[in-house]
Amino acid sequence: MSALSTRDWLLSDRPASRRQARLGQAYRTWSHLRANKLAMVGLGIVVVLILMAIFANIIAPYDPIRGGDLRTERLLPPSWAHLMGTDDQARDIFSRIVHGSRLTLMVVALVAVIATPIGLAVGTTAGYFGGWVDTVLMRITDIFLAFPRLILALAFVAALGPGIENAIIAIAITSWPPYARLARAETLTIRDADYIAAIRLQGAGSTRIIWGHVVPLCLSSVIVRVTLDMAGIILTAAGLGFLGLGAQPPQPEWGAMIAAGRRFMIDFWWVATMPGIAIFVVSLGFNLLGDGLRDVLDPKGET
Amino acid sequence: MSTLVEIRDLAVTFGSGRSTVQAVRNVSFEVAAGESFGLVGESGSGKSTVLRAICGLAPITSGAIHVNGNSLKTPRDPAFYRKVQMVFQDPYGSIHPRHTIDRVLSEPLAIHGFKDTEARIERALEEVGLSKGFRFRFPHQLSGGQRQRVAIARALILEPQILLLDEPTSALDASIQAEVLNLLDALRVEKGLTYVLVSHDLAVVSHMCERLMVMQHGARVEELTRRALQNRAATQVYTRQLLVASEGFKSQ
Repeated sequence: MSALSTRDWLLSDRPASRRQARLGQAYRTWSHLRANKLAMVGLGIVVVLILMAIFANIIAPYDPIRGGDLRTERLLPPSWAHLMGTDDQARDIFSRIVHGSRLTLMVVALVAVIATPIGLAVGTTAGYFGGWVDTVLMRITDIFLAFPRLILALAFVAALGPGIENAIIAIAITSWPPYARLARAETLTIRDADYIAAIRLQGAGSTRIIWGHVVPLCLSSVIVRVTLDMAGIILTAAGLGFLGLGAQPPQPEWGAMIAAGRRFMIDFWWVATMPGIAIFVVSLGFNLLGDGLRDVLDPKGET
Repeated sequence: MSTLVEIRDLAVTFGSGRSTVQAVRNVSFEVAAGESFGLVGESGSGKSTVLRAICGLAPITSGAIHVNGNSLKTPRDPAFYRKVQMVFQDPYGSIHPRHTIDRVLSEPLAIHGFKDTEARIERALEEVGLSKGFRFRFPHQLSGGQRQRVAIARALILEPQILLLDEPTSALDASIQAEVLNLLDALRVEKGLTYVLVSHDLAVVSHMCERLMVMQHGARVEELTRRALQNRAATQVYTRQLLVASEGFKSQ
């Protein structure tokens, strides 16, 4: 099949199978997103991050944990041998950042996978049933929302013990309430729609209606929100790492690396700056992508 | 003919305290099997609420609804939905925007555990005059008339006896209206369906229904046969006003 006919097949007015209809819809969304230059920059950054995490062993020139000669290779400035210099343990900072992308990506992915379903489930259930179910679920959400996120995460980590896994759980537990609020608000606007009444008249149960009919319509705005929150999640993870409650040394976590470099900030600026730039670039990438997704996925913008 | 739907002193009240709205006040009527019954009135007269009360979308505050001689349970049981289905007014709002027509039609079959899904979907599309090419489209790829056909196919796919029609053509333009009304007429003859049709349009009702009831402010004004309507034999002032209003065009 030539490129043109594949495109025609995808954009067909009369799809012949379920798969074609779904792929066509995905293709339309993709061409819409592709038109947004900044979103593509964001997507590029995220893709680079993912590739970096997958091929960390190949990309990184040095071992991220075991340093070089402590007498001659500590705190070297950036050079061709060490692209981003070395830190106080004579470890190559570039290699550590490349390996650190795995931790960052793991935090982001796991938080998204844990927090999004919780938020969606709580929000859509509250919105769909209303009444006392709504009151109970939303007051619980309010309680979680009332705490500053980092403080609550700190409390959880302090209770569970420091470590990257506990940091992930803590961040996930503290980041679902906004998704629940968002999903509830969306649910309230659609629960009285005729198509929901129609499926109820077909005898569908609440679970089927919520997961099959309400969630798909809330999903896009929640995905946009999650993508925009990714930057915040990375920063919270880095913040926990900086405070010594996230990843533990010698793990190459970006926030922890900044914390370690803080002591030499004036004389050896690159130790703290390089991971800082990495956090900045990745956060920016997720934000740009989220903005682009909002334009494409937001159901209200659809024609 | 036997009575299929019987409504006795139905009242529907929304809200409580000061914000109470009495949408329907002590309305009674009967619909025989195979008959087409019309509910006519201006907007806000409670005619749609009567339909919604029958299918459980509005609460029954007092009175009783019997279908096939059985009083209805709240919430309605699955067997009820196999017997009674509804077509909504706005075809742009009654089909899920993210579901293909295939999914719209297959879901009721899945809920009620039908086996021969493929054949039934194809037959349902054929019955409402849509070709197979429509099956995997999304609603936004369809026109209003086509969407309303899909909505009718969805209502008929469970093979109900009674179809509740809530202004099924008022959101469509005139030429499409006639097409959809003719389709509904043909389906009724073919399948021996019973219709309860709500409309503000006397022309639509006199075309579709053998008997009709005029409603105002949630209460019954009078019941007429089609012949009485065509002969302008209305006894109530309000009905005469409606008739005059519907003729406003012609006399000019």
